[in-house]
Amino acid sequence: MTVLGLDLGKYAAFILPAYGLTAGFFVWIIAASLTASRRWRRVAERLQAEKDAADR
Amino acid sequence: MTLPRALDFLAVPERFMAVSTWLAPALGALAAALIVAGLWTGASAPPDYQQVDTVLIMFIHVPAAWLSMFGYICLAGASFLSLIFRHALADAAAKACAPLGAGFTALALATGSLWGRPMWGAWWVWDARLTSVLVLLLFYLGYIALRASIEDEGRAGRAAAILALVGAINLPIVHFSVNWWNTLHQGASVFRPGGPTLALVYLIPLLLMALGYMAAFGSLWLVRIRAELWRRRARVLSLQAAGR
Repeated sequence: MTVLGLDLGKYAAFILPAYGLTAGFFVWIIAASLTASRRWRRVAERLQAEKDAADR
Repeated sequence: MTLPRALDFLAVPERFMAVSTWLAPALGALAAALIVAGLWTGASAPPDYQQVDTVLIMFIHVPAAWLSMFGYICLAGASFLSLIFRHALADAAAKACAPLGAGFTALALATGSLWGRPMWGAWWVWDARLTSVLVLLLFYLGYIALRASIEDEGRAGRAAAILALVGAINLPIVHFSVNWWNTLHQGASVFRPGGPTLALVYLIPLLLMALGYMAAFGSLWLVRIRAELWRRRARVLSLQAAGR
């Protein structure tokens, strides 16, 4: 079986899922990490702004 | 006890935030470049005389397996610093590290299974290496579950840190399992006395991928520590708001 010009031979059925799983893991972990970081940063900044407004 | 001066820049969350603001994307870009180079050189490597095309799985399986151990060293190191020096940043680093390490360990087991089926004729065998890596995954999951099960974050951090340090006993077992027992899993072919036995045509893409995975781990770890520090800041602010 040939994928992107690369002949994977008769073991393509094992190689492709291995690369697919790895790509999926990286996409998920990058998205989850960045989303969590941005979400908590927004929450902390909003609470800080509310605190600053209450202190004035 | 106080932290050694060499670790001073990690001692203050504000300093850590300033450094990680540029270091996390820089490591992310480095990881992308190294992984693209690794995939490119790996794709042009010839089929192995024994493993034929399945040798391509090595370029993603072996770095994931190395990262599963490296991640646990980071988790145990951060847990040690957190337990001994009562260092809040170290505790956040340990908490942020566990899901990453668990992910790389699960990835190593899954890609190893996909490699094992065509080469050994089995998806899984209760071989010393595979079993000790499964135990490593269970320590990661135990760490995550223990932290989540205790409401008091200080107590949760200390209990999980002790578990992480106990689990470190498994690291030499994982590494030396292929020497201590007869295993179906092959022995070390890169980090071994006498140097690597792998041909350069496979060693170069493998090392590029491993460095890429390492840089990705570093970048994601920093991002996750930042997320944890923001979460803690938000928690303190919401408690202060509730008390007003």
